[in-house]
Amino acid sequence: MRQLKTDILIVGGGGAGLRSAIAAAEADPTLKVTLLSKVYPMRSHTVAAEGGAAAVTLQHDSLTAHFEDTVAGSDWLAEQGVVDFFVKQAYQELVQLEHWGCPWSRQASGQVQVRRFGGMKTERTWFAADKTGFHILHTLFQTSLKYPSIQRLDEYFLLDLLVHEQSIVGALAIDIASGELLRIQAGSVILATGGAGRVFQFNTNGGIVTGDGMALAYRHGVALRDMEFVQYHPTGLPGSGILITEACRGEGGILLNKDGYRYLQDYGLGPETPLGQPQNKTMELGPRDKLSQAFWHEQQQGRTIQHPQGDVVHLDLRHLGERYLLERLPFICELAKAYVNVDPVRAPIPIRPAVHYTMGGILTDAHCATSIQGLYAVGECASVGLHGANRLGSNSLSELLVFGKVAGEQAATHCNQVRISDSVLQELANKAAEPIQRLRQGDGTEQWADLRQQLAHTMEQGCGIYRDEQGLSASLQVIADLKSRYQQLKVGDTSLAFNTELLHALELGFSLDVAEAMCQAALLRKESRGAHQRRDADYTKRNDQHYLQHSLACYQAGQAPRIDWQAVDTSIMPPAARLYGGAAKPEAASNTEKTK
Amino acid sequence: MKQPDSIPSDKQHLSMTVQRYRPEQDDAPVWQSYQVPYDDSTSVLDALHWIKEQQDSSLAYRWSCRMAICGSCGVMVDGTPKLGCKTFLRDYPKGLKVAALANFPIEKDLIVDMNQFLHHLTALKPYLIGQPSSASEPNRQSPEQVKRYQQFANCINCGLCYSACPQFGLNPEFLGPAAIALAHRYNLDSRDQGKAERQPALNSKNGVWSCTFVGFCSTVCPKGVDPAAAINQGKIVSTMDGVIQWFSPKQLDTTPQEPTS
Repeated sequence: MRQLKTDILIVGGGGAGLRSAIAAAEADPTLKVTLLSKVYPMRSHTVAAEGGAAAVTLQHDSLTAHFEDTVAGSDWLAEQGVVDFFVKQAYQELVQLEHWGCPWSRQASGQVQVRRFGGMKTERTWFAADKTGFHILHTLFQTSLKYPSIQRLDEYFLLDLLVHEQSIVGALAIDIASGELLRIQAGSVILATGGAGRVFQFNTNGGIVTGDGMALAYRHGVALRDMEFVQYHPTGLPGSGILITEACRGEGGILLNKDGYRYLQDYGLGPETPLGQPQNKTMELGPRDKLSQAFWHEQQQGRTIQHPQGDVVHLDLRHLGERYLLERLPFICELAKAYVNVDPVRAPIPIRPAVHYTMGGILTDAHCATSIQGLYAVGECASVGLHGANRLGSNSLSELLVFGKVAGEQAATHCNQVRISDSVLQELANKAAEPIQRLRQGDGTEQWADLRQQLAHTMEQGCGIYRDEQGLSASLQVIADLKSRYQQLKVGDTSLAFNTELLHALELGFSLDVAEAMCQAALLRKESRGAHQRRDADYTKRNDQHYLQHSLACYQAGQAPRIDWQAVDTSIMPPAARLYGGAAKPEAASNTEKTK
Repeated sequence: MKQPDSIPSDKQHLSMTVQRYRPEQDDAPVWQSYQVPYDDSTSVLDALHWIKEQQDSSLAYRWSCRMAICGSCGVMVDGTPKLGCKTFLRDYPKGLKVAALANFPIEKDLIVDMNQFLHHLTALKPYLIGQPSSASEPNRQSPEQVKRYQQFANCINCGLCYSACPQFGLNPEFLGPAAIALAHRYNLDSRDQGKAERQPALNSKNGVWSCTFVGFCSTVCPKGVDPAAAINQGKIVSTMDGVIQWFSPKQLDTTPQEPTS
């Protein structure tokens, strides 16, 4: 077992991990910062974010408005103090990225251009064409090269955290190229490992998005918060689930059912807006949860369109014209042509909802700290409390910048090495190595690919856009069976170098734990809120009396998690009806009066 | 065992021959053929997944986003560098051969050693050098100014251009198309003042002058970046630097920036 000692270990080389690394390096250049990732940083899934990053920018916009949109978007399950901090910091973080060279799209005047996004009252989403995540990730990666204190471990896979008496002391990783184990001693650790969308069948996520960091923190006793809230993005490609950005609708794209009818007006999002005149928070610019739910209803009523790869509706961009589409949405044009053979200039794009984002995650306070001393979490793997029951598009890219900075600074301030003898540390590392050794020696009959497929299938069946007790219970049973079959896993590849089958088996273990937390929290949240919608007769409405609370999934070995409940910070804007389209206008005015 | 969703079993099949190399057992790469089911939407990456999940779980390849933006899944398809996720079996009805990216050392099966590529990519100070016009507000940059460097900022670091480059094949020290295009991206950015710091390496023997302008790098780029143009424009700049140095007592580092707007 090789050994390494560092001050700050950051796990995950996506936007949150890179922003944390830069913040830590700037906070104290004498600290050694180690950035570990199972892929080269520019492969991280931040790369696939398309639409943009939100911050109050225009004269007529206000921090209060961004705050209200986010809290209402969250169906009042966001931590309001956290949201308040976030909206105040977001602009400066986007400016910082501009100073680092991010190629933001510009107005003729040279000022940064902003676009409309779903659930946002006004234009406040900064973008770099329709490859915003790609440009943010590459800008951060390239900028990180300026800091000599940041050392990367590319293609190292996190096996476990090393925790001693409720303090982080390091981690165990495997060098993917050689199969060697690496014991890392660290004063603080930041998890920036991304979401878990791959536990579902239809998803927009890359293959690496398997919930690794969530599962590891959870197994060490850190609660996973609000895991039942899984965002279906309303516009993924059929079959693959490849993301077709919300910016399509921000720019004026419309959604049509098989009759060519703009069906969203039947779901509380109307009145219908004239073609080419999108209105904020109305019709196609409603929030993601409501749009995905509307698709489900259209499908139930037989008004979706049959496509070789399942039921779809149409996203029509033709009226925007070729020139505008190639300027604003070039990547979408490329994707539609390559993957569904549709030229958006000439034909509507077939789309369906696909799992996109895990609102929940590792419980942290407003400073990204977990319940383990020295362990931080940030970005999609974390629940800092920004998104509640439904995330607004373009808030998460800003989140990983705002809170990446916080996490990096906090980790730098609190990275005092815990006094621990080498033998105790080695004992922890040896214990952490047991699961991979079991997998390497496993002589069972179960195949990783088979179990993963069944997990993805049962999550889609029981824990999808609409849920009920029967479906969730059935999925929990399937997951329990899969977990016991997981003990009989046979890894056919016995090699050391690039044993990707072994890594997939480990990822599956993480995914099973995360999926179980999602289903158990969903089962016990007996109401409908945001992205969590119950069909059971008594649970179809939001129930603030009992469930204006966060769920906390607490790991229990060998059984489904215990679910605890945590109060929500509603100190700034009291809960109210969540309204969009024409219905929102009088309500919005009165909300504003009530708040600042 | 269940079929992966994207490829039902009643589909037509074709022969996909995959280069295998298992360092712990093979002395040299070997070829292995698989009869792979496919339909109109099946990519080379989908077919590799099918092999891994149904035929041989030890097959190793890199992948993640499957939407041609993360740059992980570059392979040679019938001798041409391609992204596996954006290359479709429907275009190879007579079968196809898939191999590890050329010009890189093979680590295992379709996985190559990218360290040299990363080394080159990060060698030319590929980050903005200079002070912003205001600490708290964005710099101004017109759409025309963005357009000057934008295509060179679209590189996804997949390495296909290095596989296509005969010079990199002969001399791994050649900085290569992506690294030079990235340096050029910053040199062309109106906010950047770092050209003088990048120019010595660009002008060196492993910089722009190694390129013999075959242009295959630009042909294979899956994102429409034109690294050959970056290198050629770099040669012009490099020549100008030489001329200026010849006639001027100043050192290169103090060469004034070209106008930025």
